[in-house]
Amino acid sequence: MSAIAPPATAETAPPTPDYSDYQLVPARHPWRWVGTVLVAAGVAAIAWSLVTNPRWEWGVVAEWFTAQSVVNGLIETLKLTAISGVLGFVLGFILALMRLSSSPLLVSVSWTFSWIFRSTPLLVQLLLWYNLGYLYEKISLGIPFTDVRFFEAQTTTLISQFAAAVLGLTLNQAAYSAEIIRGGILSVDQGQLEAASALGIPAWKRSTRIVLPQAMRAILPNAFNEIIGLVKGTSIVYVLAYSELFYTVQVIYNRTQQVLPLLLVATLWYVVITSVLSVFQYYIERHFSKGALRTLPLTPLQKARKFFTTHVAASPTKDAR
Amino acid sequence: MSIIAARKDSAAAAQVEEKKAAASAAAPEGTTTAQPASADRPATRGQVDITNVRKSFGATEVLKGVSLSVPPGGVAVIVGPSGSGKSTLLRTINHLEKVDGGYITIDGELVGYEVRGNKLHELREKDILKQRTHIGMVFQSFNLFPHLTALENVIEAPIVAQKRSKAEARKRGLELLDRVGLKDRADAYPRQLSGGQQQRVAIARALALDPKILLFDEPTSALDPELVNEVLDVIRELAKSGTTLIVVTHEMGFARDVADTVVFMDQGQIVESGTPQDIFANPREERTRSFFSKVIEPAFNI
Ligand SMILES: Nc1ncnc2c1ncn2[C@@H]1O[C@H](COP(=O)(O)OP(=O)(O)OP(=O)(O)O)[C@@H](O)[C@H]1O
Ligand SMILES: [Mg+2]
Repeated sequence: MSAIAPPATAETAPPTPDYSDYQLVPARHPWRWVGTVLVAAGVAAIAWSLVTNPRWEWGVVAEWFTAQSVVNGLIETLKLTAISGVLGFVLGFILALMRLSSSPLLVSVSWTFSWIFRSTPLLVQLLLWYNLGYLYEKISLGIPFTDVRFFEAQTTTLISQFAAAVLGLTLNQAAYSAEIIRGGILSVDQGQLEAASALGIPAWKRSTRIVLPQAMRAILPNAFNEIIGLVKGTSIVYVLAYSELFYTVQVIYNRTQQVLPLLLVATLWYVVITSVLSVFQYYIERHFSKGALRTLPLTPLQKARKFFTTHVAASPTKDAR
Repeated sequence: MSIIAARKDSAAAAQVEEKKAAASAAAPEGTTTAQPASADRPATRGQVDITNVRKSFGATEVLKGVSLSVPPGGVAVIVGPSGSGKSTLLRTINHLEKVDGGYITIDGELVGYEVRGNKLHELREKDILKQRTHIGMVFQSFNLFPHLTALENVIEAPIVAQKRSKAEARKRGLELLDRVGLKDRADAYPRQLSGGQQQRVAIARALALDPKILLFDEPTSALDPELVNEVLDVIRELAKSGTTLIVVTHEMGFARDVADTVVFMDQGQIVESGTPQDIFANPREERTRSFFSKVIEPAFNI
């Protein structure tokens, strides 16, 4: 081709044409459309089999999905997740600060805590807490090695199923969150602390106003992983016969023998919770990424709005041509 | 010892005079006294006295008994080869680095320590932080807070450390950003600013606490050559304002222009110091001469 082309010299070069009246046409992506069609077909096939295969028993699923007992179980699951999630992360934060402090005592206490709770199965921890009454009949608050007691109670009345579940989940969660938070704090540049102390900012404010907001970027993805894990992880308290979501559907299907549809009921609820949490995660992460990115990407909502204003709103004018 | 005892009392001004007299009389050998501030700077505060400061990291002694005085409003520029202890010396002045021996005073007040009996006890964190609000510091790597805007960076310390009202801090913050030529970028985050702009925000942030003294640790060495001057110009302006400046830099041209005193450090010691003319044109020490011959000639030949 180039061999045939006449040599371009100054004399023969034609004047640059004027393109200012031409319309711009974006590049087409035919393979993207092929891919989209294939994926859509696959999704449709799966959906079709889910709908038409009678063994999924969607009628039964619908019947139980909002049944009172299932909803009660769901509430218990949410309660356990919220309480042990919040307490776990608060305790984890304290443990992380202890671990990063310069006091050898605090460091070793924190390290030992994480070591113990990360190395014992959660199942064992839960059963131990629940059966604490067997090990220690009474729990009392007083001055050690004297007879002074401010408070005393039977262990079995104090540690209910709920208390055992919260205790077990919280302490276990704290051990893992401590490491996540510590990792986040370590990811913040040392110069930040130095600059803050050179400005006379007190230690506590240095942590909460300078380091933590930056550490959050590293903490959040892992923290949400943990929380989502915890939502489903709470199902382990079935060993205490605690009627959260999973235990509730188990009880039901043992009675009705409709195992699959009832597992589906629980699964669908877990999917709903996880989806809601993911939306929260997206916006919270976005909030903490301010200053970290030169320009924040659009949210899906903003993208959709932009798509509609540029494509849909623009099309009538195109038709009018 | 009598010098310290005298400072314990509160008649500060008189004490400072007395101390100065004492210092010049009984100064430890090699005490360097910077030139007094020139007449157009009516500075009354920001006298820095470093006396025989020693510092080791493990087995290596990084500062081997450094003494230096900078008068109120003075501009001292510290130069010297890499690893000579310049940054370490600067960091001892606001107690970011603890000294192993010797002491530092600002307007006669000990930095980081107090006198109890005949011992110097380290202050509590709270009191050290309070002292630091009088000593601004600008870092080589800016160290702006990336999650805060330029203005928020500037007003953070006044609000948190000095408990000023937000409105007041904002007003003053905008004035300071204006002074460094960045009023219109007040709402930008550090990552949206150029290196030179970031360093100017860092200077505004250090000024926000209205410090007596400003410490600069190689404020331009992380910058592209064309951005160096915008930062040096801001520091030049500050030099005229009566704030005491102590600047570590490799910019010899700047040192020549702005310094009252140029201090040459090598291997943890002050080799010699004097006016820029003295130091650059006729250094007394062979070490100084060989350092400048390496650093200056190439720079001026370009
Ligand atoms: N925290 C530390 N631990 C151990 N050694 C250190 C520490 N800080 C500094 N040093 C050592 O002390 C010496 C002086 O360091 P300093 O940073 O004061 O040098 P400098 O004169 O500022 O050099 P440069 O011009 O390269 O910045 C160097 O040998 C350095 O390795
Ligand atoms: Mg240095």
